[in-house]
Formats: sequence, structure tokens, C-alpha cells
Amino acid sequence: MTGPGYNFAYLDEGTKRMIRRAILKGIAVPGYQVPFSAREMPMPYGWGTGGVQVTAACLLPEDRLKVIDQGADDTTNAVSIRRFFERTAHVATTTSTTAATVIQTRHRIPEHPLREGQILVFQVPIPEPLRFLEPRETETRRMHSLEEYGLMHVKLYEDIARHGTIATSYAYPVRVEGRYVMDPSPIPKFDNPRLSDCAAIQLFGAGREQRIYALPPHTQVVSLDFEDHPFDPGKAPHDCDLCGAVDSYLDEVITDDRGGRMFVCSDTDHCTCRRAAGHSGRLAAPLPAGRA
Amino acid sequence: MYVAVKGGERAIDNAHALLAEARRGDPGVAELTVAQIRAQLHLAVTRVMAEGSLHDPDLAALAIKQARGDLIEAIFLIRAYRTTLPRLGASQPIDTAAMRLMRRISATFKDVPGGQMLGPTFDYTHRLLDFRLAADGPGAVPPSDTPRAMAAAGPVPHVAALLERDDLIEGAPRDDTPPPDLTRMPMELPATRALRLQALARGDEGFLLSLAYSTQRGYGRTHAFVGELRIGWVDVAMEIPELGLAVTIGEVEVTECETVNQFLGSRGAPPRFTRGYGLTFGQTERKAIAMSLVDRALRWKELGEDGTGAPAQDEEFVLMHADNVQATGFLEHIKLPHYVDFQSELELLRRLRAETAAEPEAAE
Repeated sequence: MTGPGYNFAYLDEGTKRMIRRAILKGIAVPGYQVPFSAREMPMPYGWGTGGVQVTAACLLPEDRLKVIDQGADDTTNAVSIRRFFERTAHVATTTSTTAATVIQTRHRIPEHPLREGQILVFQVPIPEPLRFLEPRETETRRMHSLEEYGLMHVKLYEDIARHGTIATSYAYPVRVEGRYVMDPSPIPKFDNPRLSDCAAIQLFGAGREQRIYALPPHTQVVSLDFEDHPFDPGKAPHDCDLCGAVDSYLDEVITDDRGGRMFVCSDTDHCTCRRAAGHSGRLAAPLPAGRA
Repeated sequence: MYVAVKGGERAIDNAHALLAEARRGDPGVAELTVAQIRAQLHLAVTRVMAEGSLHDPDLAALAIKQARGDLIEAIFLIRAYRTTLPRLGASQPIDTAAMRLMRRISATFKDVPGGQMLGPTFDYTHRLLDFRLAADGPGAVPPSDTPRAMAAAGPVPHVAALLERDDLIEGAPRDDTPPPDLTRMPMELPATRALRLQALARGDEGFLLSLAYSTQRGYGRTHAFVGELRIGWVDVAMEIPELGLAVTIGEVEVTECETVNQFLGSRGAPPRFTRGYGLTFGQTERKAIAMSLVDRALRWKELGEDGTGAPAQDEEFVLMHADNVQATGFLEHIKLPHYVDFQSELELLRRLRAETAAEPEAAE
């Protein structure tokens, strides 16, 4: 406990029960946005309050928690959220994707495939995939209930007409089990294929917008596309300069003011594990002795 | 080599240490006490109580100190504390007619039963900087014979009730339906008036001020008069099941505003005045007046008026954007790293540009 007055994992049991009900409903109706009464959390809206509430409702004392932001365990907000649960739940934490039982993420899905029994919790800013086509909640809920997704297809079509390609590179909309169109949170579309047939439970929490949705294990998730313009996950035409990975999502790091740049895995655990296993990229420095 | 964003942990610790230092400021200047803030920055304290939805002047003063005077940050601290508190029960409705008045004015009648009482208002001050306050020392002390309580003994009737007696204003029928609790249920649209008022009471003063102002300038005009504005203390009573009776458990300071609005009638409804209502914690009259104007503007459908598409008439627009803790969080979160999304946009842009460059000049 952080001190007197706070329950395990911060939220009181009544609140956790309410959130778990919303999660169960979400799992029962994959891709459907379940309204829930999000609480004010001790971090601001937009910092992952939805994800934190979902994680708090899922955590058990024996869990091992991993928190990533932009794929990395050491970005400031990931550090802050990990510390929050260390303080309020005293759970073990880890940076290892394989060792974690619960992973809270912002903007990425770990490169290493998830396994049965793991829970991946996404932080979601705008849960409504139709929001930027139709700003009204009353209207978008009606569109979902009537499966009226023509507007979205028109938008994608207009992209192709204008740019020759679908000009959405992250938060790329998906269709879940042939029913609900869902926002996968602002993950790069590179990560979209990993949403489908995933062995872990994937939970999505939007605090400010008061919505939870879920993908139970092995749910079929299809990125929206057209027959003549099939979905292309895309990838920078580079390899990781540290671990040499040819198939991971890369961050571009500007190294000087003369156009110098390098590309490194956005998933820091993936990169570290590969380097520990002896893989090496173009600019890799030798690992410090005793590391890994 | 690759050093970007490494060391997040140490950076956070250092930032927190700097924040504590900046909060304290020059150690040669005496530190502010919570009691000083509570007593001398009362209007800041009441704003934090109103929008934090928690009537506790000591905690509000503490939050203002901790937030370095940033009131939205202080409101956020109070909200995050409040949300952890157990709900022991609900009080009985407060009786604002029995308010111990500190201020009470009506703009619609020269005199009203119970009297007009200005109270501690800025309204008729000349806004000239008082340099005596800048000088150290006790400053201007009011004469000890300033009358404090001029309130009529016993309940003071509401001005709207006087109009209601002659059927000149719509009634305010008693409704004993338990109101929904916005902090325990997600916002549901369309909202009931009770839920709307709850959201407005917690809403940002600046946002409601601008919306109310827009109705005065013609975007959803409602021709509002301040029928009555009253500020003071009311008892809070709670039913104690073991005793079988209601017991007064404390008192809260509130501001109540009721507007009287023109209404020309509609099909089946004779012309009569209508009402807008605002009730807020503390001495927050700008907020209470704005709230009553926005409340009235949002009632257009119920009263059979025309929707003009004005922002203040748009329930979803108003309710979904009034909360400053939500708004500031989402606005400021764009400071957080977004380099994964940005990278994917960068790649898309490069590809689109490469394709454009590869194509021969398009005939346009």
C-alpha cells in the first residue's frame, strides 16, 4: 500500500468490480465499446488513465507487470506508470515481454508473440474509430448498432483517389469478427496484423472517454482495405542499427545536424534480447561485460 | 550513440526535486501557510471546491499551495482525492430558501421581500490598484462596526416563487427521483436536466462564461435577467436510519442563481417567463450566473423552441467539453512522446513524396 486509505492497486474493490464487469462485457462482445464510469486517477487524462484503471482491475498480487510507451520500458511515462503500480500494488515488474503476465502499452504491440495467459492493456485516447468522420457520440453509437460503416469505406476510398494509397499510418481501423469496426489505439499499422489471432487477452481502456473494449484470445481482426488495394502494414526500408533485426518496427534517431540518422528497434526489450543473443547491427557497440 | 530518452527514471526524480524547489521559491521569503490561503485567497479556494466537487476549504487551500497557484492543477488534485472517498450516503436536498445570506440581489425588482444585500462584492469598487496592500503591514482594516449579518430572520423566499404565484413563470415541480451521479456512471446522452446541471456545476468557469456570453451575443439568445443571486451558508442534513430522523451534519457555502427568461410561448403553452438555474459551491457568482444561462439555453427542446445550431444549445458539445480536468489532460498529453506514430507518418509522407517525384508532371 502507498499508505493508509488506499486499496491494493489504488482502486477500491467496488470500482474494480465495476471495471471487471465492463471488461467481461467487452470480451463477450469483441470490439464493442462498453461505457464505464472512469474515475479520476492521480495522473492526468491522456497519460493512460483508462489503461491504468484496466490494469488495476486485472492485477493480482502474484502478477508480473511490464509497462511500455512507444515500445520502450524506459520512456518517462512508462517509468511513471510502472512506479505507480510498484507503490500501490507492490507487484513485481519486468521489462521482459515473455516474463510479464500483464503488459500495459501505449502505441505499440511487443514484437515477441504473446502467449496464452498474458493480458495486453492498451491506453486509448479516442476509442471511437468513426469520431473524426462524425463528431457526435449519439450518432456514432447508432452507426455501430446498425453496422453502418459506409462512411469509413468512403473515407478510405477518398484517400486512394487523392493519394493513390490509404493515408492512415497509425490507429488504422480494423473490423472485429466481421462485426464491429474498432480503433486499435494509435499503434502503427505495422502492428495491426498482430492484433489478430493473438493468444493473449487484449484489453483497451479509454479513461476520459469512459469506454472499455476487448479482444478475447484468437479473435479474428481484419484491417480495413479493398480487394484492389489490400492492406499493407508497411515498414521503414532499413534494419535495426543496433541488433540488425530486419522485421521489427524502427524508431528514427537523428544523430547530428548534417542529416545523420540511425534506425533502432522501437521495442527496447526485443532489441536487448537480440543483442544478448549475439545479433549485431551496423552501429552496435559491444554490450558492457556482465550485461544480459 | 543512441542516448535519446534513456534515463527517464532519473529525469523524473530530478524534475520532481526542481518542482519542489520552485514551489517554495525564494527561501528568504516567508512560506505561505494553508491557513493563509484559506483565509485570504477565499475566491480561489471556492473555485477549487466548486470545480473539484468537494466542499473542503482546507484541502482546497492545500491543493492551491501544492499546485503553485495553478487552479486547474489544484482542481485536479482535489478530484483525484475525492474519487477515492467512500460514499457513505446522500444528504437531503439543501434548502436554499433557508440560506444564511451573505449576499442576495435581484436585478428584476427594486425591492424584494427579504431585502437586497450587496455583501462583499467587487461590483462597485473602482478597479484602481491599492498600493497600500503592497506595503507590508496590516493594510486597510475595516471599521469594526461594519454590519456583517443583515439577513432577515427566518427563510427568505425566492424571487421566482413570487412570480410563480401569479403564474407568470413556469413552475419548478418537485421531483424526488434520485439524481444520477456523474462520478459513478458514465455520461449518457441525451442527458436529463439533473445530469446536465451536475456536469455544469463541475464544469470549467471560463468555458461556461464564454458559452453564456455567446448566448447574450445572439448564439442561442435567451433574454436572461438575474432574477436572483444569493450567496451564503446552508445546512446539510442526512437521514440517519438508526435514528429514523434527519440530523444536520454540517454546513456548506453555496452560490445560487436563478435567471428569469423571456418566453413567447409555443403550441399549447401560454407566454410566460422561464427559468435557468445555477448552483455552485462557495462564493462563485460568475460561474453560477454563467451556469444558469447555459442551463436555460440547453432547455430549448424541452420548451419547444427552435434549435439554431448555436454551441450553447448543443448538449453534446457543451457537456463533453466542459470538464477542465479532462480537457487539460487531453490537451497536454500531446507533450508525451509520440515518436512511433510520428515515424509512421514520416514514412507515409516520404513514400507519397517519392511517388509524386517519380510520376511525370501531372496535367492539371
